[in-house]
Parts: sequence; structure tokens; C-alpha cells
Amino acid sequence: MAAAVVNRSAGQNKRAGGLLSAAAWVIAVLFIIPILWMVLTAFHQENDAAKNPPAFFAPLSTSGFSDFWAAKPIPPMLNSLTASLVSTLFVLCLALPAAYALSIKPVRKWTDVMFFFLSTKFMPIVAGLLPLYLVAKNTGLLGNVWSLVLIYTSMNLPIAVWMLRSFLAEMPIEILEASQVDGAGFFTQMYKIVIPLVMPGLASAALICFIFSWNELLLANTLGGNTAQTAPVFLTGFVTSQGLFLAKVCAAAVAISLPVLAAGFAAQDKLVQGLSLGAVK
Amino acid sequence: MTTASLDPSGAVAAPTAPPGADPETKRRARREGWKRRLPLMPAFIFVVIMTQLPFLATIFISFSNWTAFSGNKGFAGLDNFKTVFQDSDARSAVITTIELTVLVVLISLVFGIGIALLLDRTFRGRGIVRTMMIAPFLIVPEAAALVWKHALFNVQSGLFNGLITQFYNWFGLKNPPQPDWITSHPLGTIVTALVWQWTPFMMLIMLAGLQGRPMDIIEAAQVDGANTWQIFTKMTLPHMRRYIELAGLLGAIYIVQNFEYVYTITSGGQNTANLPYYIQQTFFAGTGEYGVASAAGVVVVIGTIIIATFALRTVLSVLKEES
Repeated sequence: MAAAVVNRSAGQNKRAGGLLSAAAWVIAVLFIIPILWMVLTAFHQENDAAKNPPAFFAPLSTSGFSDFWAAKPIPPMLNSLTASLVSTLFVLCLALPAAYALSIKPVRKWTDVMFFFLSTKFMPIVAGLLPLYLVAKNTGLLGNVWSLVLIYTSMNLPIAVWMLRSFLAEMPIEILEASQVDGAGFFTQMYKIVIPLVMPGLASAALICFIFSWNELLLANTLGGNTAQTAPVFLTGFVTSQGLFLAKVCAAAVAISLPVLAAGFAAQDKLVQGLSLGAVK
Repeated sequence: MTTASLDPSGAVAAPTAPPGADPETKRRARREGWKRRLPLMPAFIFVVIMTQLPFLATIFISFSNWTAFSGNKGFAGLDNFKTVFQDSDARSAVITTIELTVLVVLISLVFGIGIALLLDRTFRGRGIVRTMMIAPFLIVPEAAALVWKHALFNVQSGLFNGLITQFYNWFGLKNPPQPDWITSHPLGTIVTALVWQWTPFMMLIMLAGLQGRPMDIIEAAQVDGANTWQIFTKMTLPHMRRYIELAGLLGAIYIVQNFEYVYTITSGGQNTANLPYYIQQTFFAGTGEYGVASAAGVVVVIGTIIIATFALRTVLSVLKEES
């Protein structure tokens, strides 16, 4: 009797499980459609790209990409790469010691400090935009990629501190104590023990910082100007006459998203780990 | 923006000399305190300089008559704030920001939880499904905004209307409806695109939360005859509470500040200008009214702090539980 009940519920579970898996597939397909459509349009010729009804089976073409290439995308891509990579590096260099001071040997009132870091994220960056703009203008940093590096560093630092603190908090303290007994100083400790142990945390924090810097538009638009144009700003210049060159716009969107997509797909598990922020563990 | 006295129990572990201790002990405790603080200082000072000082300057400018062209920096008293509160565009920007943030956070949270639950089971192709689900979060927002506007919602060239035409053609029907999505539902189109982009973010945090569930207890409950719904409401949701709060908080931080979608999809038309867009426009378009825009910035920050304080209380309670 009991066995029969178990059997029946197992059968039901199987059917329900199949439905749930199908639902997961359907939802995932719905979420990916805009991206698939963007990629397909990027590979269409301009006159097929904007057809109604859509020209699904139109011959593929790389003319969208060659149009994009003709717009000289390399300088803005390099600006974005510089701003994102260098600011991410700065963030890690500043955040790791801070996270150490907030977790392994916590300073007094460390929760207040954490609170302060997060609260700076609550101040919409736009509220400090004018002073930043004026300072950059008067110091000759307007239209300079280094002003973006500095601002992206401050923009991502609080989140990185949060993420890294939670990873450091999970570190076995005994290892550090042992190394201290052996006479290791702060930098040796960092280099030899902390960094290798929190590598997954560092990687996911770096990924998040890279994504947010690469994606940023408002500050880049305001402070980067034309001389330090980043990829998203470059992209805004593509719409001159209401999406007339849809294939070109889509090709540009694909090309500019590619670095983040590649990094994100490669490090999915780290992303999951990192986004949980461990703050809730 | 400091919260020095919010958490009296925050004093953890750090050695403090007991009152009446001899000077040598006190000095050593102080030195130890600074040694602990030192690694924190570069990050702390950098953040203060880059985020707090500009805001102080914004407050200062908000009381001045400064515009891009006047060069007149005289004291304006509360005039700029009066202008902001009397400006219907500014009021509308406040309301839009709240609507946008609340709608997007709530919808993408619900979707995120649901999809995470679907993905928390083993089934064929789970890895592919997860990869597909993450993708929207990884598309550059400005690129996504352009694609939503021109390749999906557009009346003539958009995929949605194209599909409607296609279906009508298949069934031999004439005159397919061709709704102008952006004009008829300006805020709805922005919300749709934002939900699409942020659901994966919520889902990722929920997945991390689900992975930390105590499965042994849930299995025990199953053996005791608890049904799926009971397990979900009585065990999974309470366990997920902190993750939900955290995801909502982080999502709100980024969605409040969203600029790309409003800028690109509607250019702030039809009451869709949110505060970042409004402030950016006041600063850099037209007459460049620095004083008024700064006042608007100050109002934004005060409003955000009020909302954030409630939200951050919950985070603070998480930290307290941990310590």
C-alpha cells in the first residue's frame, strides 16, 4: 500500500518534472529571442533587416559588420577596455585590504563602515555629476579616459568591498594565525595566503566591476566626450535617422556586447557565487 | 550620509583598553587599532573623496544662482528648491522614478524566483537553459535599449509587429493590427526591457540562495508528508528571505539610476523622464541651470536616503545576525 502510494507519486513527479523542464526551456527561449533577433539582424543586409513581415530566411551577409567597422570602432573599444580593466584593477587593489580590515581583523564598528560603503551606492551618481564635470573640466581631465578610470573605481569599489568581505569572512582564520606566528607581515600574508584562497571571490568581483564599467553610459557621455568616447557612447552615435541602418546598429550592439558576454559565459558559476555576496551566508 | 550611531553593537573583536588601564596598555591598544584600520583607509578615503565631496559641492551649488552662461554665482537661498518643487517636470520625474523602480524590482524578483526554482532541478540541458537565461544581463544596456527600440518595438521594422503580420498572412487575414508600442505604452516598454535585463540578475542571486538550502531538513519534511506548496511557503521562502531582500536592494540601487533605457527608448517623452535623465537634461541641455539641477540632485538624494534607510535596516539586521 505504502509502496503503491510512493510509486504513484513518483510517476506524478516525473510528469510534473517534465512539464517544469519544458517551462524552463520555453522561458529561456523567450528571454533569448531579443538577443537572437539582434544577432540575426546584424547578419542581414540592410534592406532585409527592417522587413515587415520579418525576412527570417533572407540571405546572410556581413555588410552590417563591415559598415560598423567602417565607423572606426577600435578607438572607443580601446577606451572602454582601458577604463574597465584599469578601474577593475584599482578596485581590487583597494577593496582587498579594506575587506581584510572588515572581516579577518575587523575594525571597530565594521558594520557601520559596510553600511557607509553601501550607502554611497544609494546616492545616485547623477547628484554629484556637475561637480565632477566641473573639476574634470578645470583640471583638463575632460575627454580623458583617466577621469573615467577614477570614477568607475569609486563607482564599483563599494560593491567589491561587500563581495570580498564575505569571501574573506569564510576563510579559516587558523591559517592566517599560523602564518603570523611564522612571522609573515601583512603583504606576505596577502600575497601568499589570502589572494590564492579568495581567488574565486576576486574573479567574480572583478567580473561584476568589469561589466558595470563596460556598460556605463551617463558618466562616459558627460566626462568622456568625443576624445575619450567609450563603446556605449559610440553606439549612441549610430542612430541618426530612426533606425534606418538596423543591420549596422545590431552589428554594433553585438560587437560591443561580445566582450562582456564572453567573460560572463566563461565565469557563470563565479557570477552566481559572487552575486550572492555571501552577505547572507 | 554617515551612520556613526546606528549600530552600537558594531564594536566587535577590536581590543579596547578598559577604563583605568595604565597608559602603556592604552597606547598599545590604540596602535593596534590603527594597524587594523590602515588597510581600510585607502579605500575609505578614496570613496569619501570621489562620492561625498562632489555631493557636498552639489549642495553648495544648489543654493547659488549659477548657470552655464551667467557666471553669476550669487546666493539664491531656497529659490532653486522652490523651482524644483514647482516644476511639474521635476515632480513627474520623481513619480516616474518610483513607478519604474518598484515595478521593475517587483516583477523581475517574482520572475527571478520562479525561474530559479525551475532551474534548481536537474534536467537535460539545464546548463544551456541557465546560459540562455543569463545572457540578457550581459548585454550592454545601451545596445539592448537600441535593439528594443528599433528592432523589437518599432512600428515598421520591429519584430513584434512583424510577427503579427506574419500570423495574419498565414491565416490569410487582412489588415493586421500594427500597434505603436512605444507611443501607446511608453513606460510599459521601458519596464519590459528593464525586466528582461534584470530578471537574470535576480535569478542568479536566487539560485545562489537555493543552493544553500538545507536539503536534509526539506527531505525530512517531505517524508513527514509536507506537500510542495507547504515546503515552498514554510521552508524555502523563509530561507530565501535574506536573498530576496538583498536582490531587491541591489536591483533598486541600479534601476533607480538607470539612464540608458529612458534616454534611448523614449528620450524622456510622455512622462517617462526619470530623475537621472531629468537632472542630466537640466545640467547640460538648454540654459544649463546648474543651481536648479543641483537642487534637484539634492532632492533626489534626500528621497533616496529616506527609502534606503528602510531598505538598509534589513541589511543591517543581516550583518548583526552574522556578528
